[in-house]
Amino acid sequence: MTVRFSASGSQSQESTTTAGGGKRPRPPFGVSTVSLLAVLIALFSLVPLGYVVYMTAVTGWDTAVELIVRPRVGELLLNTIMLMVLTVPLCLVLGVGGAWLVERTNLRGHRWWAVALAAPLAIPAFVNSYSWVSAVPSLEGIWSGVLIATLSYFPLVYIPAAATLGRLDPAIEQSAASMGYGPWAVFFRVVLPQLRIAMTGGALLVALHLLAEYGAFAMIRFDTFTTAIMVQFQSTFNGTAGNMLASVLVFLCLILLLAEVKSRGSARYARVGSGAQAKATRIALGGYQLPAQLGMLALTVLAFGLPVWFVLRWTIAGGPGVWAADEFVPALLQTLLYGAAGAAVTTVVAFPMAYLAVRHPGWFSKMLELSNYVTSSMPGIVVGLAFVTVSIRAIPGVYQSAGVLIAAYVLLFVPRALVNLRSGLAQAPKELDEAAQSLGKAPLVSFFKVTLRLTAPAAAGGAALVFLAIVNELTATLLLSPNGTRTLATEFWSKSSEIDYTGAAPYALLMILLSAPMTYLLFQQSKKVAGQ
Amino acid sequence: MKFRKNALAGIALAATAALGLAACGSNAGTAPAASESAAPSDGITVYNAQHESLTKEWIEAFTKETGIKVTLRQGSDTEMSNQIVQEGAASPADVFLTENSPAMAQVENAGLFADVDAATIDQVPAEFRPSTGKWTGIAARSTVLVYDKNKISEDKLPKSMLDLANPEWKGKWAASPTGADYQAIVAALLELKGEAATEAWLKGMKENFKAYKGNGTAMKAVNAGEVDAALIYHYYYYGDQAKTGENSKNVTPYYFKNQDPGAFLSISGGGVLKSSKKAADAQAFLKFITGKQGQEILKTGTSFEYAIASQVDANQKLVPIKELQAPAVDPAKLNSTKVTDLMTKAGLL
Repeated sequence: MTVRFSASGSQSQESTTTAGGGKRPRPPFGVSTVSLLAVLIALFSLVPLGYVVYMTAVTGWDTAVELIVRPRVGELLLNTIMLMVLTVPLCLVLGVGGAWLVERTNLRGHRWWAVALAAPLAIPAFVNSYSWVSAVPSLEGIWSGVLIATLSYFPLVYIPAAATLGRLDPAIEQSAASMGYGPWAVFFRVVLPQLRIAMTGGALLVALHLLAEYGAFAMIRFDTFTTAIMVQFQSTFNGTAGNMLASVLVFLCLILLLAEVKSRGSARYARVGSGAQAKATRIALGGYQLPAQLGMLALTVLAFGLPVWFVLRWTIAGGPGVWAADEFVPALLQTLLYGAAGAAVTTVVAFPMAYLAVRHPGWFSKMLELSNYVTSSMPGIVVGLAFVTVSIRAIPGVYQSAGVLIAAYVLLFVPRALVNLRSGLAQAPKELDEAAQSLGKAPLVSFFKVTLRLTAPAAAGGAALVFLAIVNELTATLLLSPNGTRTLATEFWSKSSEIDYTGAAPYALLMILLSAPMTYLLFQQSKKVAGQ
Repeated sequence: MKFRKNALAGIALAATAALGLAACGSNAGTAPAASESAAPSDGITVYNAQHESLTKEWIEAFTKETGIKVTLRQGSDTEMSNQIVQEGAASPADVFLTENSPAMAQVENAGLFADVDAATIDQVPAEFRPSTGKWTGIAARSTVLVYDKNKISEDKLPKSMLDLANPEWKGKWAASPTGADYQAIVAALLELKGEAATEAWLKGMKENFKAYKGNGTAMKAVNAGEVDAALIYHYYYYGDQAKTGENSKNVTPYYFKNQDPGAFLSISGGGVLKSSKKAADAQAFLKFITGKQGQEILKTGTSFEYAIASQVDANQKLVPIKELQAPAVDPAKLNSTKVTDLMTKAGLL
């Protein structure tokens, strides 16, 4: 599961800081050192992809074809593709529509709605599914999958769309309107094209989540590649059939990544020229005010109110008895530790990559970055499978250690840290480093005193995102966690699988409580990054 | 200028926060390693595919009595057995517990089990353990068809489990094919009737049945009227009845009996790994759960599996084992690998 917001925001800054040229500061570390680190990290990040390719090769062509070209895979392919075809457009409509209402109309209480539409992100999809199954026990199959996935993931489109809309120069819209275009024409011809990066980025995120999601779909008996791989894993631990399903899944991920690069295009979206950006005038909704309010209310109730309501209901129904301290305290502590350690390591690992991307952009750093994106777009289950196999065969000493699980977290979530670090580094101009050096500071000292300090807020933001992701991670944790480890997510999963809904509720509640502040932070930060 | 100042203050504040976080982070960075070493190195590790709640009850009583700590790794039968086979001699597991026999047979065939202590063997009647003595039965569970009386009258009930593959049952019954429970039933069928009959059954099943994740969920579906019947193990029904009955109030259990494949009595297994460095403690644990106290926990606990050893009777609410007329199957002969292959081939996995 990956989240990459604000990618749109950081691009223009990057070009302004790097286009300057001029004197080169002495780098604090040799470029080669940083490059070497980055290359090592990139190579490491390619372990899962290498594993899938290797397993497919080892399996042999005939067996591979036999396991891939069979009716079951056809069913899974159809399910997975239908899910994407239905869910992604729905998320785009809800996300962009919501963002437009909140940012560009006189929707009453738009400040509140702006936060409310981001809030569902604090609820893990599998908790959402659990609540919906409590509300409507007969939920199953594709439509239920679309319902739950849409309600869980539309904020992934909404947040970048709202951030971009808040930043767009309304002057273009005003001139379009002055030329006689109606509001709808302005929206479709002027606003929507400018949202392209936010929309393609958001759609990619939604699609990748759809491929990776396990718990939410398993609970409503909807089979995708990821749920089927998990089933194979549980039947055979590491069987060939599961590995072949994984290779198809990875293939689907790569297609998505390519499609996003293609549809993103190369048009320029940044504002050019001097002068202050005009303040957007909000469009009067008039008679649409009431329907818009009702729509917002319905969406918020379905995506946020209902899950929270059921989690609270089950928690209360369970009474104090379900808060077995000897179970939930260790789970909470383990989750916090893994979250914090994973976030710290991921941020550190992302640093060389971000440094190269900002200070030494070029095809080389681009390639390194890309290798990380490819891996992190793979579902946790594939990374988990790869690490199980590689550690058991190649380095048995680390098998089932906390380190392997953290390494998997790093690979899965490094872009979250990377994107933030990049924009942070871009805001710490190297001229300041130079100035410090000209005042007699050693390169290393100036680096720590200037660059690192200026980057710290962005690093903290990135770390928070990674933390959030780890708290809600399920599949890789299930596969890789050391003996005796239980996180909030795995504990919730084992309870809710035994249809012990009251026992599962406290874990759901704790996950939501841990996620809420991070989601808010993310929301705020996306606005800031876009509002430069 | 004012803006500048504010911005600087903001950055300073954020930097402080970040440094704080970084400090937390670096503390935490060492923590998992610390917790790892803090994990009881003196205890044993159990790879557990039995119901977690039952094994936890056993562990609690065992640790109380012996002071030996037990770490659990939870998984499904075949996930754990395949994992042990892959780990080979380096396996961290000392004891392996399953819900069913096929996974035990797999580890036995890989030559990874140590002989079970004679004292433990003596506690378990011969029909509930493999003749090889490489592992032992620890509990048993019976196959049952739970159904909705309002939808199926008694005379319309199938004579044999194999009838469920016939067209008149299309769309009417549920099962959890991903579970070890169900795979054990298929393994028994394979052993009793051979590969061709099993393939035909799986094909008919794929046509007719609705898949649920977990036996409890399948029973819940019968109760809610989503399907007419479900092929599961008996204790889901009794367990729910003992609690609120919320998921089974519209459900009636039906036993096939007559040595039918659908009357299969599945043996839950336990074994000690040859690679265990704490063999004595591991053997003690196995002896404990097949002993009086362990079997009493089965009898009086909430799992409603059949107690089978140390002359402890099954819970009185259950149909006595003798009346089940289960077919005779040597648990050591159940083949999980073949079953998952056949099920994958049939498109069930």
